Amino acid sequence: MSQTEGKGSGALQVKFVPDEEVLKHIADDSGIKVRKDKTQQMVNVKRFVKKLENISDDEDQEILEEKNYVAVLGICAQDSMGNGSSVSGGEVYSFQTPKRSSKMAELASELAQTPGQSVASDHSKCPEKTAKTPQSSSNKKKEFVSTTPYRLRKRLAAPDLYLESESEYSASCSEEEDEEDQKEVSTVLSGQKTPAKTKAASTPPPRNNLGKKNKEDKMSNLVEEYFEAHSSSKVLTSDRTLQKLQKRRLNQQTLHDLLKKAPLAYAAEIKELNQQHESLFSKWMLQMHLGFNIVLYGLGSKRDLLEKFRTSVLQDSVHLVVNGYFPSITVRSILSSITEEVLDHIGTFRSPLDQLEFIIKRFKEDSSLELYVLIHNLDSQMLRGERSQQILAQLSSLPSIYLIASIDHINAPLMWDQAKLSLYNWLWYETTTFSPYVEETSYENSLLVQQSGSLALSSLTHVLRSLTLNARGIFRLLAQYQLENKDNPSYPGLSFQDFYQQCREHFLVNSDLTLRAQLTEFRDHKLIRTKRGADGVEYLLIPVDDSTLTDFLEKEDEDV
Amino acid sequence: MYSENVPRHCFTRKDLILPFFFIKSMYRSERQFRAIDFRERNNASEDSELRFVTCQSLWNQIKSETEQIQEDLNKQLFDNLLSFLRRSHSEFQEKTTEWTCQMKSREIPTAALVLGVNVTDHDLTFRSFSEVLQNNITPYIALLEAKDCPDIKNLMQKLMGQLMNCYIDVDSLEDEDSVQVSQNRIRCSMTSLINWYENVTKTLAISSGCGYIQRHGKFHNKSTSRLHSHQQLLLTTQFPFKLGEKVLQVLINIFLYHDFSVQNFIKGFQLCMVEHFYSQPLSVLCCQLVDTKKRVNSLSHDQCENIRKLPSFRRYVESQVSEKQIALLTADNFLKEIIQKLLEDLHVYHENYVSVLRCLHVFTSSLPKYPLGKQIRELHCACLENRVWETEEYESSLQLARMLNKSDLVTMLQQCVEIFVSSSGKEFDKTVEKLKEFLTQFQKLEVAEAIQERDVSVSSQKELQKKTDLYHLQKTLLELKESRRSKKLTKFEMLRFEVVDYIDSLVRTYLVPADHKTLHEIVYFNTASVLRGHLNAAPRIALHTALNNPYCYLKNQALKSDGGSISNKAPDICIVYKLHLECGRLINLVDWLEAFSTVVMAVEGPNADAASSDQVDDIIHARFIRAVSELELLGFIKPSKQKTDHVARLTWGAC
Repeated sequence: MSQTEGKGSGALQVKFVPDEEVLKHIADDSGIKVRKDKTQQMVNVKRFVKKLENISDDEDQEILEEKNYVAVLGICAQDSMGNGSSVSGGEVYSFQTPKRSSKMAELASELAQTPGQSVASDHSKCPEKTAKTPQSSSNKKKEFVSTTPYRLRKRLAAPDLYLESESEYSASCSEEEDEEDQKEVSTVLSGQKTPAKTKAASTPPPRNNLGKKNKEDKMSNLVEEYFEAHSSSKVLTSDRTLQKLQKRRLNQQTLHDLLKKAPLAYAAEIKELNQQHESLFSKWMLQMHLGFNIVLYGLGSKRDLLEKFRTSVLQDSVHLVVNGYFPSITVRSILSSITEEVLDHIGTFRSPLDQLEFIIKRFKEDSSLELYVLIHNLDSQMLRGERSQQILAQLSSLPSIYLIASIDHINAPLMWDQAKLSLYNWLWYETTTFSPYVEETSYENSLLVQQSGSLALSSLTHVLRSLTLNARGIFRLLAQYQLENKDNPSYPGLSFQDFYQQCREHFLVNSDLTLRAQLTEFRDHKLIRTKRGADGVEYLLIPVDDSTLTDFLEKEDEDV
Repeated sequence: MYSENVPRHCFTRKDLILPFFFIKSMYRSERQFRAIDFRERNNASEDSELRFVTCQSLWNQIKSETEQIQEDLNKQLFDNLLSFLRRSHSEFQEKTTEWTCQMKSREIPTAALVLGVNVTDHDLTFRSFSEVLQNNITPYIALLEAKDCPDIKNLMQKLMGQLMNCYIDVDSLEDEDSVQVSQNRIRCSMTSLINWYENVTKTLAISSGCGYIQRHGKFHNKSTSRLHSHQQLLLTTQFPFKLGEKVLQVLINIFLYHDFSVQNFIKGFQLCMVEHFYSQPLSVLCCQLVDTKKRVNSLSHDQCENIRKLPSFRRYVESQVSEKQIALLTADNFLKEIIQKLLEDLHVYHENYVSVLRCLHVFTSSLPKYPLGKQIRELHCACLENRVWETEEYESSLQLARMLNKSDLVTMLQQCVEIFVSSSGKEFDKTVEKLKEFLTQFQKLEVAEAIQERDVSVSSQKELQKKTDLYHLQKTLLELKESRRSKKLTKFEMLRFEVVDYIDSLVRTYLVPADHKTLHEIVYFNTASVLRGHLNAAPRIALHTALNNPYCYLKNQALKSDGGSISNKAPDICIVYKLHLECGRLINLVDWLEAFSTVVMAVEGPNADAASSDQVDDIIHARFIRAVSELELLGFIKPSKQKTDHVARLTWGAC
């Protein structure tokens, strides 16, 4: 505070600059400490890091207050499963705060060096390993200190085995950081007394610890951090890409085989967890019969658990299994399987709502009808929509339909408003299993997995099989045209007018309205994509790669 | 995962076992089936079937009771609405010739019902109202919900559909016009509706504004008053099952802070009951007092042991003399006798409890600032929680009660007398007497006061007439004032103190918290954590805990870690998650992969020889892919097109 005054009057005396003095003091201290005992300093720094990463005292206080609220809600009770009810909401996921790009590598090496639980910093024992640690920094000093804070680390980073040859990729962190470096250096300058040798030791206290910063309200700090994180659209990550890595993209099959080789960690514990959950089966049955529906949440695939439930309890009753994670599942298909396979009704419905009404009517008329519905991943892409959830909720509210479902997404509960919640009438069960999501992720279009196309093919044929002959003809036309143009990289797609002409020629449609209706259906099934060209003309595309399309056409030819 | 490449995303049992309808019929009797559920868990012992039956019958009683309450609540409202409808239509039919009425015939009489924000219960209200209408006035009812009617066309369609369906059912009564309308109902417009309305004058249209018209001032009254009436349910002695303090608190909080839904409240109550009867083997004794004798006598040895294990019973045993202790712990028959007695005690306790609680509520609810809460449920919670007379709030309420004025005090005492007279408890004869005595004393006091007042005023007037100089006048006035305060008020005050002390003594004798009572476990359900977990779960927190601290679930020493750090032997997904927390908005997959492999390699140790290292690499790569796609499934990251091989992070916060 007096600093500004001093500057204003032009008297630049060190005495009047308490901040600097404080800084000098601290810097001095750390310097001495290092000379005295290096390991101790490490511990110190470690504590710093921890302090930064963990919550500060103020936040602790906040959490305490939240806990009070939580206690009011009656949470505080002891929990048999030891689940996370002791964590308060604010601790979980809040605002974005600025992060540094190299922090991940830093943490990784830290984790790598901590055998088991103790966070001992005897990094000197394993220099080879640390040398292997990728460091996305431009400086190349053959020193590596794992547990020092970020700023220091940047100057002392280890060379990267992969990237040494390709130096262009190693210059990664953006300018902003350099700027900060500069700033930092200038602050450190005041602590000049520190011996120049102590590269590792001249640890300046992190900015937060400066006296000035300390005075600031924690809240405003949070606000500042938030805006800092959002201020620039600049992305502070390295520019490396997977292609530069000498690693081929795995396809689903090899991925699967590889994972088979990797032993499942903690199998015994996971089994124990599952057994705990399995003991609840009879309770679930009871509660479902009393009008509640069951929803399972928690980390880990709940697919096996539900399967076990199905095979052990539902063996002798009518039940419907819905694999919600399947990418082309729709509410309509769920409803259809109820009407067709459970109610033995043949016929179509104008809309899912009509279908739902029909089902409700049938179930109300015949009280002996009972149906168990198991839905894996009720929160999947295809089912999470408002309308789907509304229909499923209404379905589940029928007294003779018993629903048991699993959710995984962190925001899954946001799907339901009060009305839906009361229709669903959930009882929540935490079933953390830690089992890998094998099935659930096998359809995910992961960046790292090469798409085999088999999935797309099977879904294509599956969907088309349910269409009319004319519709299939229309789709074939489009597919053929697209394949003819496959060598043209700037192929925009088939324009609607051309397509219409072709369809007319093949006697597939009689008016452009019919064609449009057909296209809408395709679009609903995600078979085609439309986009408008620069001239405003609508172009149609099948968003499937060419080989799949060829396979598809071949298969179609076989069928016909 | 490849076995399922054929998209069998939906399948039923039917294709696996054909005659499934037949097999199903084995389980046709639902009742039998549910009883099996109870039994399975409890190894067929411990009277599970009896427990189940008790639970069901009790629930049915409670359900009908709540429905009754609901009906009573709605009755007045419905009556008003009905009379409004009748009136508006009789007017319309009587004076069809009048000009104003002809004008009116173009308007549809409309009643707006303001029900507040409590959406989920409204369905029920409207449904029951339409039933009432159906029974009393007309079969032509259309019930429209805002969520079904996104636009006017849909609305008309729905409306006509409902009216016409009904129309077709009744059939042939009405003239041609309406049939015509029904044929082109999809295209029907407002005018056709109005025409139709004119033709079929018996039809009603009621616009029920529930989502649209909300007045915040009103809803609170409505929904809380509903809860208020349902708390009668909690306090009746009719049902043996009771809620413990924490459970009640949870239910009330869910109601007040989450949904305002009475339906949900009742469901919570149901869940408590099921949970209690399911998990507490001794809940078989939680039945009407008449049945207890039989049930106690038929207790098995195991059940007796269960009773001996109850903490409250152990406390009881410890307070007995040693011979009796031995008898209690060894002789089942003796134990049963005692149980019978204790259960009766418990019953009596509860009867008395309710009356005294009501009586105390009469006092506390009229105190300024309501130190013990305005509603009786708050008082109930306070009393269940711990000895209420030891709390500060109670102390301050007594202080305040000592300052009540006379008329208030008298009306309160009268109310208390009424409560005690109407209560089922037998011990209150004396109390009633005592209270009546207080009342007569107050009356006497009043009379005496009146006389004295007159005396004083007369005498003072005389005095005033006698002495006229200012100094003396002042002096006498002061004296008068002094004497009035010290003398007359003391009498009333004494009595007031007495009354308050008496109430206090009642509280101390009868409002002992339930968990101080022996065998309270049989009747009270108090595992709030279960209830909270099932009704008001926190999936995000569970996920957070599992990812940050896997040791919570996987009890392996290797995973044990202190503070915020995580062991490097944690499951892959935890490590990947932990690493991603260090990143900003975008995450470079290559960096991520390398960081991951650094950690994993360190764990595997250097023993992986060079020949197989390539394969190890691949496996790690595969594991990484799996973990990343799992995080994507969980919603922590999503693919990003902003930069090659980057994913975007979706969550933030201190971890």
